Amino acid sequence: MIRSIVLHIVVIAGLFLIESFLLEHYAYHHGNLARILVLATYAVGYNILFGYTGLLSLGHAMFFAAGMYGCALLIRIGEWSIAPAFFVGVLCALTLGLIVGFLALRTIGVGFMIVTLMFAQSIYLTALYYNEYTRGDEGFSIPQTVRSIGGIDLTDPTTRYFAALILFSICLLMSLALVQSKAGRVLIAIRENEDRTRMLGFNPFRYKLFALVISAGMAGAAGAAYAVLFGYAGATFASVQYSIFPLLWVLLGGPGTTLGPLLGTILMFYLVDLASGSIMPGLAALVENNFGIEAPGLASAYLLLVGLALVLLVLFAPKGLLGSVRERWVPWLP
Amino acid sequence: MDLTSLLPFEMPHPALLAAGVLEGTVLAAVLALTALGLSIVFGFMRVVNVAHGEFYMLGAVLAWFVTDLVSRTIGGPPWLAFGIALMVCPLTVAAIAALCDRMILKRLNYDPEATIVATIGILYILQQLALTFYGPDARPVQAPFDFRIQLPWFGYSGYKLIVVAASIVLMLIVWLVLTRTKIGIIMRATQYDRETAQAFGIPVDRVYAGVFALGAGLAAIGAVLIVPIQQAHYLMGGEPLLLAFIVVILGGLGSLRGTIVAAIFIGLSDGIISTLYEPTLAKILATLLVAMVLVFRPQGLFGTRAA
Repeated sequence: MIRSIVLHIVVIAGLFLIESFLLEHYAYHHGNLARILVLATYAVGYNILFGYTGLLSLGHAMFFAAGMYGCALLIRIGEWSIAPAFFVGVLCALTLGLIVGFLALRTIGVGFMIVTLMFAQSIYLTALYYNEYTRGDEGFSIPQTVRSIGGIDLTDPTTRYFAALILFSICLLMSLALVQSKAGRVLIAIRENEDRTRMLGFNPFRYKLFALVISAGMAGAAGAAYAVLFGYAGATFASVQYSIFPLLWVLLGGPGTTLGPLLGTILMFYLVDLASGSIMPGLAALVENNFGIEAPGLASAYLLLVGLALVLLVLFAPKGLLGSVRERWVPWLP
Repeated sequence: MDLTSLLPFEMPHPALLAAGVLEGTVLAAVLALTALGLSIVFGFMRVVNVAHGEFYMLGAVLAWFVTDLVSRTIGGPPWLAFGIALMVCPLTVAAIAALCDRMILKRLNYDPEATIVATIGILYILQQLALTFYGPDARPVQAPFDFRIQLPWFGYSGYKLIVVAASIVLMLIVWLVLTRTKIGIIMRATQYDRETAQAFGIPVDRVYAGVFALGAGLAAIGAVLIVPIQQAHYLMGGEPLLLAFIVVILGGLGSLRGTIVAAIFIGLSDGIISTLYEPTLAKILATLLVAMVLVFRPQGLFGTRAA
């Protein structure tokens, strides 16, 4: 208990202390890390549902998008200021989570995956349909002038980094508190054996709904924060791909470990970044110069690595990195 | 007084309506083949194959490669190249699918959640490999025949009607194989009780690989048939996947008869609606309908078996 709290404080402190160093020497990675922290918040939320409760959602992008659009549209059309718009964004995601949960949790297993996928698809199509307001796939940007809270300019790199870190830390500590609480133990019990949990007198539906709403809220907070901190909202964030990404990040880092989502997001972000920036173009040049195979799209096929990662993880490391670490060396890892 | 003026929407011109129905029929025919493949894989293996749309795409892209190669080397009339593509591409796609089954799905013991994640991975791998070797452009394949059938309002491509006929024949063949042959009995025995089937000497592993290959092959045939009408593109798998999902769920997961009925329903309505009205709205309603069907009637609108 104490050990795991100390571990999390150390991780957060590390992310805090690294900021000025990164800004001074690696501005590129500084910007990346702010983005990663927001996306990792999304993954932390996903992990509560997938990793701890055992419910695999294929439609979490709808919660991310609900937060993002709930917040960004109020700023753009309603001309609200950032703080209340952010909270309404989170509220949108929580409400959507409640509605989707009530319906989708009537199904189990494969049914749950497809229902969440279909709900998310209809939200994505709705975002495209109201093109007039959302500007569809192209999206819209939020002007730099309105992106500040009480005179603090959120577009400044350092402020943006710390805002992302605060959001991430709150969600990370919430997830730690949750999984070490009694309710968290019930969620894990449901993951391991739902029928047995019901026989012990718990109502699995109520706990699963609770996990889904919390998870949706964190996804929505990440979406709203993304809109505010990076000044952009677009329908791409509601697409299937953004439902697959948190699954991939959590699978890589370790489902059912509190720090797994952060680790998975960092690694996958850099893998995709390197792949699209240098690995695939490099490979394309290599193939072109040495083998005479026609590969016109190789340079842009970075998602190939995403596919390979999914297959390899599910085949050889279903517990993810931190899951394997916990199994072999650190049994107390939360 | 003209009664049609009272309707909340404008009555379409009969020619436009006829065009919508024809387009819808072509779509329904190809959709039925694709969805049948998805339904067979789910029905016999309990595997939700998210990569199904990519097998479809692969069929279309390979058809471009084959027809291009044939017309450059052998030459000859367009039907020759197309005929070769119609033979070669579905078999190639089926072989790739069997390989995926052996190398990935079998090792996961067909665990439902793990196989979904794995087929998402396969989706990206196939799609990105197509991007790598085929490139980002959409390319046309020449139709094997070029004749038009004159309707009262407009001339209509005769090839499209052949697509419909070919799909019906193929579906009949699949139906006969599954219900009237020994292969069908073996498949159903494996579905009914895997272990007992194995004890009776049925090579269960090969049946699974065969079913997965058959499902992918059906999608590929549909794609080869459609590619003279719609160009081949590496991202073309998303749309049929979504539609096939909708069809299979409305028809009842694993119910073949329901799948075909639902394919005709969805294909026709999608064809008519997207010719006449706003297609996005129709898709929103269809996806919501699917979600609601799964929640409140998991056996599907037409099926009887529980999912």
